[in-house]
Amino acid sequence: MRLTCPLCGDRDRREFYYYGAEDYLHRPAEGAPLAEWDNYLHLRDNPAGVLRDLWYHEAGCAQWLLVTRNTVTHEILGTELVAERKA
Amino acid sequence: MRYSGLKVITEGLFGNKGWTPAWRDPAPKAEYDVVIIGGGGHGLATAYYLAKNHGITNVAVLEKGYLGGGNVGRNTTIVRANYMIPGNTEFYSHSMKLWEGMEADLNYNVMHSQRGLINLFHSDGQRDYWVRRGNAMINQGDDAILLEREGVREHLPYLDFENTRFPIYGGLLHPRGGSARHDAVAWGYARGADKRGVDLIQNCEVTGIDIENGVVRGVQTTRGAIRAKKVGIIVAGRSSQVAAMAGMRLPIESHILQAFVTEGLKPVINHVVSFGMGHFYISQSDKGGLVFGGDLDFYASYAARGNLPMVEHVMEAGMTLMPMIGRAKVLRSWGGIMDMSPDGSPVIDKTHVEGLFLDCGWNYGGFKAVPASGWCMAHLMATGNHHEVAAKFRLDRFATGHLLDEEGTGSQHNLH
Repeated sequence: MRLTCPLCGDRDRREFYYYGAEDYLHRPAEGAPLAEWDNYLHLRDNPAGVLRDLWYHEAGCAQWLLVTRNTVTHEILGTELVAERKA
Repeated sequence: MRYSGLKVITEGLFGNKGWTPAWRDPAPKAEYDVVIIGGGGHGLATAYYLAKNHGITNVAVLEKGYLGGGNVGRNTTIVRANYMIPGNTEFYSHSMKLWEGMEADLNYNVMHSQRGLINLFHSDGQRDYWVRRGNAMINQGDDAILLEREGVREHLPYLDFENTRFPIYGGLLHPRGGSARHDAVAWGYARGADKRGVDLIQNCEVTGIDIENGVVRGVQTTRGAIRAKKVGIIVAGRSSQVAAMAGMRLPIESHILQAFVTEGLKPVINHVVSFGMGHFYISQSDKGGLVFGGDLDFYASYAARGNLPMVEHVMEAGMTLMPMIGRAKVLRSWGGIMDMSPDGSPVIDKTHVEGLFLDCGWNYGGFKAVPASGWCMAHLMATGNHHEVAAKFRLDRFATGHLLDEEGTGSQHNLH
């Protein structure tokens, strides 16, 4: 599997560290109810199909990427920088 | 039909014409007391123990493919009871005892072989860890023997003892650990359940779960609607999808774990050996193939096939530990889809829907858990109470903070 980093181009999967689903971008506010933290830390949609998840270009530009890909076929449908993501 | 050595001999003498199918192929009835979704190891074991321990025989097991076609047929067949933390240790200890009586109980040869498991360690820190874990196992009533370097050499003379980066300091021997014939475990439970009246319904995919006023009423399937008083979801690898039919969002991320097998060789590896360099473990099947594997591919996947970086890593680890295996040719590799939970431990629990039960989140430890998972899930479904050895496998433990993090790696799903 290869990922296309918006800064570095088409790169080998080995250069990236995997974090998890997009949920990690939606950190609850301080003091939020425990259910929100549970949702953020533990619960996942976990689709068999298109998923958006977070990859860190550890051996490259050190940027976090939001990758859209298919978990059944391993097809990469798109990548964007988390830093430039429109909220 | 009862199987025996005499039966094998007499059938052999008379052309093997007297064998009959090991289970029926019934059409689904309109209603059951219990419907089990998932005809894998855990689902079949649950059905078996519902019938055997609780006398509940009006049960259907619904399987979308064929019996045992999922993870129970796609693992590395290791059986062990070497867990450390309360909540896990008593459960796997119970499972080991069930393994030890399984063949006699099921009248089925599952080729359970207690050949001994050795976890190697390569530093003082790793030694301390394994000493502690061994003590926890002994406290639980299971067996653990600390081997120094020379002790390991007696058991495993073929390892590379000259390795400077990962010197072999010793290992923890778990003599009752070993392996079993994975398919046979599924078949044995299937046959035992069928014999007690359970309907095993294959090619029957559940497409919906009927719930009225918070109470489960049955399931919709590709072979029609089936009413049920109780429904158990036991579909590791697809837990999130099936639970979503009941409006649930699970603490599970699915990951791929690869395994490999070589061509058949003469007996060379007598134990199950795990290497503490990263995550590599190996055993030899009764057919002669070396069966080995390593870590997850680390990204969420349902592909049932892995990528090359982990293939490379596993081969490197194997060559580092025992260079002799470089002469063997790899025949096949495959991937299983793991229900990875945020603490590395499973769930056997009720759900927010009355009559709907959930057994999932086995990470990569599901095979050895098959008998105890079935035993405890059947207990829960029959009595409404958690079995004492599975009492901590609660679905709400993530929300309440009562995590069972055996490895202490935190709440990231892929780190267990």
